[in-house]
Amino acid sequence: MKSTMMEEKMIPAREPPVNSRGVLGWMREKLFATPSQSLITLTLIYGLYLILPPLWQWAVMDATWTGESRSACNVDGACWAFVTARLDQFIYGFYPESEIWRVNLFFVQLVLILGWLMIPAIPGKKLALGLGLLVLPVTSWLVLSGGYFGLPEVETHKWGGLMVTLVLALYGMLASLPVGVLLALGRRSSMPVIRTFCTAYIELWRGVPLITVLFMASVMLPLFVPEEIVFDKLVRALIGIVMFQSAYMAEVVRGGLQAIPKGQVEACQSLGMGYWQSMLLVVLPQALRLVIPGIVNTFIALFKDTSLVLVIGLFDLLSIVQAALNDPEWLGSAVEGYLFAGFVFWLFCFGISKYSQRLEKN
Amino acid sequence: MDKMVREVKDPASPVIRLNGVNKWYDNFHVLRDINLDVVRGEKIVICGPSGSGKSTLIRCINALEEHQEGQIIVDGTELTRDLKNIEKVRREVGMVFQQFNLFPHLTVLENCTLAPLWVRKTAKKAAEKTAMEYLERVRIPDQADKYPGQLSGGQQQRVAIARSLCMNPEIMLFDEPTSALDPEMIKEVLDVMIELANEGMTMLCVTHEMGFAKTVADRMIFMDQGQIVEEATPEVFFNNPKSERSRAFLGQILNH
Amino acid sequence: MANKRHPMLVRLWRDPVWRAVLFQVLLILAVVAMVAWVVNNTLSNLEHRGISTGFDFLSQSAGFGIIQTLVEYDESHTFGRTFLVGLLNTLLVSFLGVIFATILGFLIGVARLSSNWLLSKMASIYIEVFRNIPLLLQIFFWYFAVLGILPNPRQSISLFDSIFINVRGISLPWPELNAGMVTVAWVFMACLAAVLVLRFFMRSWLLKAQHQENKGQMVLYIKAAMASSVVLIPLVTSFLVDAQLRWEIPELKGFNFSGGLVLIPELAALWFALSIYTAAFIAEVVRSGIESVSKGQKEAAAALGLKPRRVLSLVVIPQAMRVIIPPLTNQYLNLIKNSSLATAIGYPDLVSVFAGTTLNQTGQAVEVIAMTMAVYLTISLTVSVLMNLYNRWASLVER
Repeated sequence: MKSTMMEEKMIPAREPPVNSRGVLGWMREKLFATPSQSLITLTLIYGLYLILPPLWQWAVMDATWTGESRSACNVDGACWAFVTARLDQFIYGFYPESEIWRVNLFFVQLVLILGWLMIPAIPGKKLALGLGLLVLPVTSWLVLSGGYFGLPEVETHKWGGLMVTLVLALYGMLASLPVGVLLALGRRSSMPVIRTFCTAYIELWRGVPLITVLFMASVMLPLFVPEEIVFDKLVRALIGIVMFQSAYMAEVVRGGLQAIPKGQVEACQSLGMGYWQSMLLVVLPQALRLVIPGIVNTFIALFKDTSLVLVIGLFDLLSIVQAALNDPEWLGSAVEGYLFAGFVFWLFCFGISKYSQRLEKN
Repeated sequence: MDKMVREVKDPASPVIRLNGVNKWYDNFHVLRDINLDVVRGEKIVICGPSGSGKSTLIRCINALEEHQEGQIIVDGTELTRDLKNIEKVRREVGMVFQQFNLFPHLTVLENCTLAPLWVRKTAKKAAEKTAMEYLERVRIPDQADKYPGQLSGGQQQRVAIARSLCMNPEIMLFDEPTSALDPEMIKEVLDVMIELANEGMTMLCVTHEMGFAKTVADRMIFMDQGQIVEEATPEVFFNNPKSERSRAFLGQILNH
Repeated sequence: MANKRHPMLVRLWRDPVWRAVLFQVLLILAVVAMVAWVVNNTLSNLEHRGISTGFDFLSQSAGFGIIQTLVEYDESHTFGRTFLVGLLNTLLVSFLGVIFATILGFLIGVARLSSNWLLSKMASIYIEVFRNIPLLLQIFFWYFAVLGILPNPRQSISLFDSIFINVRGISLPWPELNAGMVTVAWVFMACLAAVLVLRFFMRSWLLKAQHQENKGQMVLYIKAAMASSVVLIPLVTSFLVDAQLRWEIPELKGFNFSGGLVLIPELAALWFALSIYTAAFIAEVVRSGIESVSKGQKEAAAALGLKPRRVLSLVVIPQAMRVIIPPLTNQYLNLIKNSSLATAIGYPDLVSVFAGTTLNQTGQAVEVIAMTMAVYLTISLTVSVLMNLYNRWASLVER
């Protein structure tokens, strides 16, 4: 066999051929790789051409943005006037106008804490977490319901719109997380009674629809307690949501607990730590960090589920839009109303999920 | 049986011909002007540092990777985007992967009969008979009804070799077949490969097993930066390498 | 040594076994006390309000109508019957939803993995839009914004003069079978079953014979005979037994259509919304299932010469299904539970007619809600038991 020597003649790297480079190469690869792919691409482009321009025309070009009633709107375009005219109600419900600053204060608190937690550059995450979990719920409730420090009381039946959606989601989340953690620990406990009890609780609530839980909280809860105790409707809904959501949260947390190797607990024991010490200081911090994506998903589900309180007569964002649609002045604005409410819900849910995906990647 | 018919073909003509092959991953020029002829029955060992394009090269030969420039002709069939040609070539070319890639949902026997049944349309009984023959040759007939997950790495790789052989291929490609194995299992796989080489199979192996290379290779190919830097017989390559790069590479790998 | 000096109680407290027993006894006592307190409160509350207890109400006459019933029902039937009607309606919409959501979900999940950028992008937009908007809102959208603005029956949208779409629902032609036609249908199904069974037992022989020169022709004849017998035997039967099939076409009578099958708008809206919403989740399940099959598996199959279609059906899908089935079942359960949102638009499902109307009429919240929850719980637990069995089987098969 001959041996060839190419020592000094290394071939330098070249650019790829034109048809597999840049925009052209990308299109050839991703849109027109084979005849059938090309057909799919062209069909889709034609479909988009049929849908998008008229949609743009309706939603933006021919749309009416302000006005006092449906009759002020262009018949061929979207009537966004319905949304702009009712925007305050959609956000604050029937909260007295002079007190609306309190709701805004609640929103500001929420944004500040979330911003603090979510922007990596700001230090002091532990403090923020503590404030968010312990202080924010108390101050928010005091500010919103009033009755103290000279603030006039605003009963919860006047609350409504986006504010109720956020209140339900926030308090539902804050309460279901610790309850869920306890249930998860209980389900993995070595004590059979506790294990059985927790398992039964989790499986019961996971096995039934939220709507029946809400019915139960709204109709049966008042029956369960002495007549003198009257639960606020919002609180009843919250109890239902927490009972339901904590079961799902428990399963998420349990997944995290299962992923922590046994050696961690054994190491704690060998250091002389007790059950609660080893759980709180070592196991749970690791387990919860592992299941952040699961917790976020549960939160998104909870956020969407708050819309179900409509069936027990509370006014969250969706039900207040639904109610406004029955206003004779605005009959026929269903599409605009639902698109607006859908967009707000979508913005929150999509934003949260995108943020958590970014968190996961890092 | 089938083999007898194929022997009639001209033994001197190249069974694989690569002519000015270039390939890019996006803008990364991974194969640069590769020219290579392989004759029937030849055993070629390809080595080189990681990222030199040696795996990509043999993956182009059964069109697992697409090349952008040049010609690849396997057993008279040129590889283009035409799926028919690609399937025709793949029927004649067996491949063994670093990660075995056995099908975990099928038993060892089913792994071996899958392609004969569906590609060659062999009758089930005949396919199973052939499969058992090859499983005996790789010395694990007793594992036929187990699932891949129940076997050791070395056993899995031997099943993978048997699976390829069941298609009666003209050519076998080996992509670092022993790199994912524990040291004590490497020998059992290499023994099977040496046996195969002795039977006259055309083989292209990407491997760092230099002992194996010395035993079976007709030709060594050393690649770096996507090109063939040196081609030589094993004696020349190991004792008197021409290029500075191969010398450095050998120094690293032999002292290791 | 030191232990000896401590009093008995301290020793027991320090013994983990005794401590565990103590905790559990305390928990049992607490739960029992709590339940007793709740029962006591409930009984006295019910007495105050003059509401009776027990399940006697199930045999009382309901006194209200239901817009869609799969079994015979009118106002004179009992509350027990309304329970059944509601349950069947729940099962109907769940069944329809599961089928449509599965088809749509698989299509979108596969499209999401397509090498075609535009197709994959559109699939991912579908997923991100529909799974991030509350289901209830989507149900409302279909019911009020889409189906609610359809014309009244006189101005119906008509397709081929046989399908009519209007604000009262979708009227479809429906076959009307006489006794002979029913016989033919049975004969057809029997033939189909027989041929399928026969093919199953002959498959290895057929496969072998296909490649033998003298038998190749015969195999073709056998296959043709099998296929034609499925058509011919029922056809001959139909002449013998005087079979008649009449399509009942919906007709406008007065202000509404009569005849044919009517898909009420409540069902249509709920069906669309449930399917479209759940499909987004199923698509994600399918995508991650297919992605869980490593690239090496596809390459190994391709390297053996299998066609892309076969690589998918023999290697990728069987492995992906193992990953897909458990979360897919979970989505089905979610769909069944979500069908309870029917109550918001008045589709007469279990929650709507039983936990809604029946509860309002009888006031027996405890019994009604317990029964409703028991139904969903039974479905969920049954499915999860089956799923555990499946998982055990699947893990046995691979290892």
